[in-house]
Order: sequence, then C-alpha cells, then structure tokens
Amino acid sequence: MQPMFKWKTDDFSWVDFTIDVLRVIIVLGVVIGAWNTLSSGRISFAQWVNLFAAGLSQGSIYALIALGYTLVYGILLMINFAHGEVFMAGAFSTVFLAEALNRTGFLNAQPLLAILLMIAFAGLVSMSVAILLERIAYRPLRGSPRLVPLITAIGAAFFLQYTFRGLYGSGFKAYPGVHALQGAIEIGGISIPVVQVFVFCAALFLMLCLYWLVERTRIGKAMRAVSENKEVARLMGIDIDWVIMFTFGVGGFLAGSAGVINGLFRPQGVNFYMGFIPGIKAFTAAVLGGIGNIPGAMLGGLFLGVIEAIGPNLVLAGLGIPGANQLKDVIAFTMLVLVLIFRPQGILGERLSETKA
Amino acid sequence: MLGKYLRVCSALALFLILVSQSAAQAVCDDTLGCIEVEPDEPIVVGAMLVVSGAINYLGEDTLGGIELALLARDYTLLDREIELVLEDSLCTAEGGQVAAQRLAADPTVAGAIGTNCSSAAQGAMPIISEAGMVMIAPSNTSPSLTNDDIASGGSHLPGYFRTSQNGLIEGMRLAEFAMHALGAESLATVHDGDPYTEGLASAVAATFADLEGAVVFEGAVNKGDTDMASILTEIAVHQPDVIYVPLFEPESNFFAAQMQHIIGLEDTIIIGGAASFSSGFPENTGQAAVGIYVSGPLVSGEAYDKVLAQWNEEYGSDPPSGYHAHAYDATNVLLDALESVALFQDDGSILFGRQALRDAVADTEDYPGLTGRLTCREDSPFAGDCSPGTALAVFEITEAEVFDDNWPPPVAWNFAVDTFE
Repeated sequence: MQPMFKWKTDDFSWVDFTIDVLRVIIVLGVVIGAWNTLSSGRISFAQWVNLFAAGLSQGSIYALIALGYTLVYGILLMINFAHGEVFMAGAFSTVFLAEALNRTGFLNAQPLLAILLMIAFAGLVSMSVAILLERIAYRPLRGSPRLVPLITAIGAAFFLQYTFRGLYGSGFKAYPGVHALQGAIEIGGISIPVVQVFVFCAALFLMLCLYWLVERTRIGKAMRAVSENKEVARLMGIDIDWVIMFTFGVGGFLAGSAGVINGLFRPQGVNFYMGFIPGIKAFTAAVLGGIGNIPGAMLGGLFLGVIEAIGPNLVLAGLGIPGANQLKDVIAFTMLVLVLIFRPQGILGERLSETKA
Repeated sequence: MLGKYLRVCSALALFLILVSQSAAQAVCDDTLGCIEVEPDEPIVVGAMLVVSGAINYLGEDTLGGIELALLARDYTLLDREIELVLEDSLCTAEGGQVAAQRLAADPTVAGAIGTNCSSAAQGAMPIISEAGMVMIAPSNTSPSLTNDDIASGGSHLPGYFRTSQNGLIEGMRLAEFAMHALGAESLATVHDGDPYTEGLASAVAATFADLEGAVVFEGAVNKGDTDMASILTEIAVHQPDVIYVPLFEPESNFFAAQMQHIIGLEDTIIIGGAASFSSGFPENTGQAAVGIYVSGPLVSGEAYDKVLAQWNEEYGSDPPSGYHAHAYDATNVLLDALESVALFQDDGSILFGRQALRDAVADTEDYPGLTGRLTCREDSPFAGDCSPGTALAVFEITEAEVFDDNWPPPVAWNFAVDTFE
C-alpha cells in the first residue's frame, strides 16, 4: 500500500509532487462542489434517491458488459474492443422479437416468460457473434504481438457495426413497453420506478450466476486454470481452445442479456451504433474495478453508473460549471484517467506479475 | 520568311480567340457565368436530402414532394427532360458539405433543392454560394441561415433560399401558444447544439421573455445522450410549466420517456419541435408521448388535396412527414425561375445565367404555392426566406398515435386560423 503523500525531501520528485497536488485539487473540488450543492438544498432527498437508483440500474448494465471485457482479458490478456458491438448484436436483433411478442400480446400477457425468451435469444445471438469473432478474428492471431489483436478488435467492431447496419438498416428502433414494469414502488415516501428495480435485480442475478459458474463448476475451474497459466493447464489435459471459446461465449451471453435489460430500462435508440459508448463505458468500468477481476468489473460498473448519474448534479453544478449534465461522459473518462494515474490495478485489482502485465 | 509566316499565324490565332470570346460574352454576360445545357441533354436539378440515418423519413417526404412537382410537368422543362440527381446530405454539416461538393463539381446542375437539416445547410451553403449556384431548402428553419449579420451569428450567403418557415417566426408563435393557449407562466428550453434546435430554443425563449413570461432554464444535451435524468432533475429544480424541446429522435424519445420518472415535473407540459413530427416519435416514445404537443407544418387547400391524392396514388401510403408541400413549392419556384432566365442559342443549347437565376428566385413575389403565397425576402434576418409562415400548427399526441398508428395527430392550434384573445 502506497502512502497517500510522500513528504520525505530526499525522495522528492516533481512528478510525485504534481500528482499529489492533483489529488488535493480533485478532492477539494469534489468536496466543495458537493458541499455547495447539498447546502443549497436545491435537489430534494427523493430526487437524489431517484438519481442514485437510475445510476445503479445503468451501472448494472455496464457491469454485465464489463464482465465480458474482464473475462477475456483474464484469459487472453487482450482487450476485446468489439465487445460493445457484441452487446449491440443481441440488443438490435431482439428488438424485432420484442415487437413480434408485443404484436401478439404475449409480451404483456406473460411478461416474465417473454423477457426470459428475449434474454435467451439476445444471449444466443451475442454468444454466436462472440464465438465467431474469437474463432475467425482472434484465434489465428494468438501468440502475435499484443497490438495485433487489439487493432483487429477495433476493425472487427467496425465490421460488426456495418454488418448490422446492412442487416437491419440505419434507423432507430425501440423496445415496446412492458406494462408489468411500469409504475413505481413507494418506499418511505420515495418512489422508485419498477423497471429500475427489475433491471438491477436481473443484472445482479446474472452476475451471481457467473460468479457461481467461475467459482463452483468444473468449467469455471478450467477457466481459472487457463487464466493462471495456459501451458500448465494444457499439461493438465484442459482443452485450451475450447475454454477460450467458452469464455468468449459466456461474455457474449452476458452482453446480449445486458442488451435486453438495457432495452427494458431505456427502450429507445436501438440502432447499429448503440454499442459503442456503452462498450467504452463498460471497458472503463472494468479498468475501474480492476481488469481481469470479476467482482471488480461488477463493482466498477455499479460505481461508474452511480458516479455518472449523480456526479454532474452533485459536484459539477455545485462548482458552478454550466451545462453540467453535458459533462457526464467527461466524468466517466476522467474517472478512467484518475484510476490509471493513482491506482492502475483498479479498485479490487492486484498488481500483475511481469508475465501477465 | 518563316518569321513573317509565324507572325501572321499568331495574329490570326489572336483574332480568332478574341472573336470567339467576344461572341461567347455576347451570349453569356452573366456576372457569375452560365449553366449550359447542350442540345439533347437534360436539365439537371440537384437534391440534397437525408437519404440515410435516423431521420431519413424527412428525406423521403421531401423527395416525394420534388418528384410530384416534376411529375406535374411530365419531367419536362423548356422541351427538355428534367433529370433529378439525389445526394445524401445526412443531417450534419459534413454531410451537407459533401453533397454540395458533388453537385458543385457538376457544371450541368442548374440548381438544388435542399437541404433538410439546418446543420447540413451550414455545410452546403458556402460551397453552393461560391459555385454561383442556387439552393432552395424545404425544411431548414434555423434563423441563422437567413441572417446576414455574421457578428450576431448569421451565416446567410447569396444563393440560399428556403420555403420552410423561419425559426424566429415559429419560435414567436410557439411562445405565444405556450403562454396564451396553455397558460404557461414559466418556460424551460433544451436544445442539442444543432443550429436548428438551438435557433428554435433561443427564439421561443426570447419571445416568451418579451411576453413577460419567466424563462427559468435554458440548457442543452449532447447528441447521442441516452440518460436525461441529470438535466431533467436540474429542470425540476425550477419547476417550469412548459419545457420546449425541439430535439431530434432518439434524444427527444429519451427525454420524453424519462421525464415521467422525475419528481417535480409531474405537471409540466412538453412542446416538441418539427424534428419530432413523425409517426416514429409516438411509436418509439410509448405511453409517455401522450399529451405532448409538437409543432409541425400544416398545409390545406384544394391544390394540396390533389397533390396528396397523387402522393397516395404514386407511393401507396401517406407522406411520412409534413414538408413535402414545401419541397413541392421549392421545386416549382426553381423551375419557374429557370424558365424565366433561359437563353436559347442558335445551336440548340440553352444557357441559364447564374446571377440571373438567383435574381429570378429572389424576385419571387406572391407566388401561389401549396403552402401559401410565397414572397422571397431580402432583408436580414429573413434574407432568402420565401415562406408565408402560415402553414404551421401545434398538434397534440394522443393514444391513437401511440397505439393505433394514427398519423398525423389532431391539431391543437392552427396558426393560420386560430387567434389569441
């Protein structure tokens, strides 16, 4: 654990000094902004709770996508920048199924079953895309310098975007509303939209399923073994290629599920480009939590969602910055930069050994 | 001997050049040059419209208007076939720039209809103007496009005209509607930085303030934003009676849908702009769209009914938006102007003076169009505005538009008919 400040003059360096000053400025900015906002009483407690709940829901979607980044990184040490498009593939494909279910009346007659059907379909689509991506684009490049699969992933992201644009068009679609998820739950005079509670619970359930899969099953043990040392895992009789493909598939399934959950939470704006920003945010969440660390990705996603939701109104508005809501993305990416400066291993991450770094 | 021969040849060549140039000048003495249509070649009309992207319905709508206007003339002008060249201007300045460059690079293009979006016009206008061409926009409303004063944000350049109403007029009327028809005392506005949305939001806020209403919040969202909770919470602090939100889809969908969850905005009314005036808006917003007012073009009359019937005959459905009549008028204004400045040559070619064409469009006065009687103005901030500004209404979205595919919604206020007490 590094000390917060380094005062020893014999160790003095301008870089450390600048970073320490930066820390103080950031902490002061956050404290002053928050103090100004809270002391003004402009936003009521109920409104803060609303913002927090919305942030938690958004964060749980980030977390589900972030798990795909972190699983792949944990096993291959590569950043799959096409993962946002894997999310889009499931969400965009399933909107047509959702429309059909709505037209037939099944969506509102059997909402839980319909949502499970949608999640399964989106998961399968995204899983297929992720597996194909691994098999066609990444596997042939295994063992090549790390920059090569990274560039390939960026190319694959564009390829997927324009493939889906060709398939489904460039217009925007929207998920139909589910009557059972409309309305709000009243808790102590504070109302929280039902859809937000559902989104959070569904995402949490999927995250727990993943945790169980990785920690309690045979294939999870194999994943951990491959993540630790591929060669030794191979000597133990583990089919490395299959485990890697399975990992991509699991990440894809979670991303597809996140696509449907996102569609229930914010039904509008479904198009071929919808995966880019959530993908980047989820990557940020994975780095925040500690890339390669599964609980870290979950925590990072939730943390990022909440910070994004309350940060502009709490800190930026309190500092008198105009158009604070427009700086939501700035908050997210500033968090990424700060984590990379002050705690490169992330919130729950550990320093990587030379071989993994 | 050779020197003398060369001198004679040179003098002869010089004489021939001077004669040919003077002959050409005698034919085309336009200060900006001429568009020449060779014998047996068609007259080319350009169109810069939204072909792809989220609001391509606007492009389809205006393209239909252009095609019907051409069809009414059997695609013939001055005994020549009319050829329509379509370029995708998207809804961005870059898109407008590319579309305009393509048209400007073709010396046979006589004039252009477009763009749909004000942002695209910002990109297209300098290129079209520099090329000595004419563009007539059927659905731009940003006030800056017809404002000559650069210091006050104006960007108008010669050659730009529009048949859609100026946002200043629309803004003024919507502010009056909010105050007098809805009884609003306080107003918030939200735009997305686009010249169209920003221009309208500013115009509504300025008029509302002039009417002694309280403008309690003026803010913006980013294009591509999906989370509106932050700005909605900030607006809720001020509790306005009305929020004017002339955003494009899908931002307008997100805004309207998320507003229902915000404490403090339960009784606030949304007024949307013409960018949300499409059947896709209620469909994609869902239940939250019920009760929202949207401004949009409203055209009526016998001539319009005939065009509408022809539309149904040609395309088998209703127009997807409300600017087809403006595009129809824009096309007719351009074609009539071309007709009036045509110079027929002995070899069968036709010349159109570029400046003469601009002047002919600018001289349009009391022109009987589908959208009213069009007169093109020259005074800033209305330089190039040809719309009478009366074909405008406020519509209220009901459950029929959300769940039963009804379109357009019922008219809540028709500015051509309804008056404020």
